[in-house]
Amino acid sequence: MRHTIAVLVEDRPGVLARVAGLFRRRGFNIESLAVGVTEKQGVSRMTIVVSGDDRTIEQVTKQLNKLIEVIKVSDVSKNSVERELALVKVSATPQSRAEIIEIANIFRARIVDVARDSLIVEVTGDEDKISAFIDLMKQYGIKEVTRTGKIAMQRGSKALE
Amino acid sequence: MRAADAIIKALEKEGVKHIFGIPGGAIIEVYDALFDSGIKHILTRHEQAAVHAADGYARATGKVGVAFATSGPGATNTVTGIATAYMDSSPIVVMTGQVAKSLIGNDAFQEADITGITMPVTKHNYLVTDENELLKTIKEAFHIAGTGRPGPVLIDLPKDVTTAEVEFNYPEKITLPGYKPKYRGHPRQIKKAAELIMKAERPVILAGGGVILSNASEELTKLAETIPAYVATSLMGKGAIPETHPLSLGFIGMHGTKYANYAVQESDLLIAIGIRFSDRTTGRVSDFAPDARIIHIDIDPAEIGKNIEIDVPIVGDAKLVLQELITHITYRKRKEWEDKVEGWKKSYPLRYRRDNEKIKPQFVIEKIWELQPDAIITTEVGQNQMWAAQYFRVRKPRQFITSGGLGTMGFGFPAAMGAKTAFPEKQVVDIAGDGSFLMNVQELATCVDYGINVKVAVLNNMFLGMVRQWQELFYDERYSATCLRCKEMSIEKIAEGFGAVGMTVERPSEVEDALKEAFEIDAPVVIDFRVDRLENVYPMVPAGAALHEVIDEEV
Ligand SMILES: Cc1ncc(C[n+]2csc(CCOP(=O)(O)OP(=O)(O)O)c2C)c(N)n1
Repeated sequence: MRHTIAVLVEDRPGVLARVAGLFRRRGFNIESLAVGVTEKQGVSRMTIVVSGDDRTIEQVTKQLNKLIEVIKVSDVSKNSVERELALVKVSATPQSRAEIIEIANIFRARIVDVARDSLIVEVTGDEDKISAFIDLMKQYGIKEVTRTGKIAMQRGSKALE
Repeated sequence: MRAADAIIKALEKEGVKHIFGIPGGAIIEVYDALFDSGIKHILTRHEQAAVHAADGYARATGKVGVAFATSGPGATNTVTGIATAYMDSSPIVVMTGQVAKSLIGNDAFQEADITGITMPVTKHNYLVTDENELLKTIKEAFHIAGTGRPGPVLIDLPKDVTTAEVEFNYPEKITLPGYKPKYRGHPRQIKKAAELIMKAERPVILAGGGVILSNASEELTKLAETIPAYVATSLMGKGAIPETHPLSLGFIGMHGTKYANYAVQESDLLIAIGIRFSDRTTGRVSDFAPDARIIHIDIDPAEIGKNIEIDVPIVGDAKLVLQELITHITYRKRKEWEDKVEGWKKSYPLRYRRDNEKIKPQFVIEKIWELQPDAIITTEVGQNQMWAAQYFRVRKPRQFITSGGLGTMGFGFPAAMGAKTAFPEKQVVDIAGDGSFLMNVQELATCVDYGINVKVAVLNNMFLGMVRQWQELFYDERYSATCLRCKEMSIEKIAEGFGAVGMTVERPSEVEDALKEAFEIDAPVVIDFRVDRLENVYPMVPAGAALHEVIDEEV
């Protein structure tokens, strides 16, 4: 089973290395990890996607909690909004360009760069949507893809703090 | 004031009396400040030994031990010591020098990324890049090392941080939003545990090093007597209950007593306290205590359910939880179980083949115990460690100091130095193998220098004995690289070369007199006991077998 775990950490040097190192050392497999600042000064939020059975996830949570700079760990797999952002550089000929733009529109994606024989498309959404989009782009020839990794937030008024 | 002076002042505030270490360019400033301090510095001959000594000091006293090292090689030499302390949850603070901030990352002379290197083996570590954070960092480090589940903390100090000017306002309070150890157990869980205990017919307590760390030995003994329940310990738990107590089963696991292993296997309730269920303790996990419900009390939530499934988890400090738990329990005799366990104790005592010609290593330890039952014992790693654990019946917590988790050869001797520094009036004996002793033998110089009069009993079999035992039993006696071919080596002369007292003992009849003499000499003494070279440690649960699948020797 895949789980999405949100981790609030003190924003100090080395925290990311500590968290990533913990996963490697304990044999937990990170699928994606996204980090950014939060509304609180000095606090960052990591979103970590990890797969494993319930026991593994329990250990992941407990071991993360043991890190001194970790303030809060929460499994946000259920009932949450999940997003990822991808930039896709796709080959575009005069013939295919219109088609690509049309597909991008359907996916509410945006064209953020135009070159003579390629486009960069920015797409956000849940993982399935992004994968589907990338899949469709394949027929035109993908030059490069970069994805941010997932971020997530639980629905409702309750907040992680 | 100069930051280096502030560091020393902070250590004084933390109550530090002794520091073990070796100076160097990157930490020279701190040593300069130390020169005027009342803190006694013990110059070891290797940084690994400095950390083991600080660790031994911590285990013997329960206080935070402190070690210093310089940058680069000084720092990397501390790693084995730090990892040893980490695996056994020993509270130490290690301070290392670092190259100046502007040089960090440039592969400067004697630069090593010690915070990166030690991340997996410290409870926490710091690289201080702002002198204004220095005092706060020291305060936090001592707090983190000594509270909750204790452990090693490293502080890396760039040279220009130690030369900076700071104001000495040592913080009273710390704010660590992510660090809040839970000391009180959940009342409902404690009640649930008490109910299970009252219903159990074959209860066994399994006590680990956590009981000793939380100073809960009295409570443990009281709980055992109140239920009543037999108590088996892990290697780290030795001394949690006096091993002379009628309810004590000694230690369990690979070389534990048969009766402890049997009792745990046949129990219907296991009350596990401050123990992490290491594979050396549990044997094959799938067959561990198959009929038992398990209560697990531990301050570290991550230990609960990590290796063994638990029925009643209680997160909290062993001492507080046991105090509470006892109030819910009343005495109920369990005659059948008692008869059964007493029967095992009679049928399967620890034993070995006596010999009038060759010195049996077990015999040496029995004699040490008879002569100095209150001595602090440290051990090296290997057969010597297991025999010490089997034949030295520990009566008090913090009396038996051994590298349980990492199994570090070379630990025992410097750890003895640390313990003896804390308790100069006590006898401190390192029970050693010849292989292990040589791994930190240079510390004889330190002992002689400072009059740290530890005794070392080398059980010299001229083998890396424990590995040889495995090769004998499981690898067709192919003794690959375990024979220490040094018949010509004289441990006695090595000791004398360092200015200590050396002795050689070749006959069983001389063992007792030699020990008596050693205990009377007011100097570091190393006794080379030429023991039966092929003696093995029994009983033995082979790696991967269940606890009751014991190999034993006919005696
Ligand atoms: C630093 C280190 N290196 C290697 C080992 C692996 N090892 C475990 S026991 C042992 C043999 C120990 O020999 P010795 O100190 O002579 O003790 P004996 O078993 O003979 O009592 C070895 C090499 C270890 N535990 N620690």
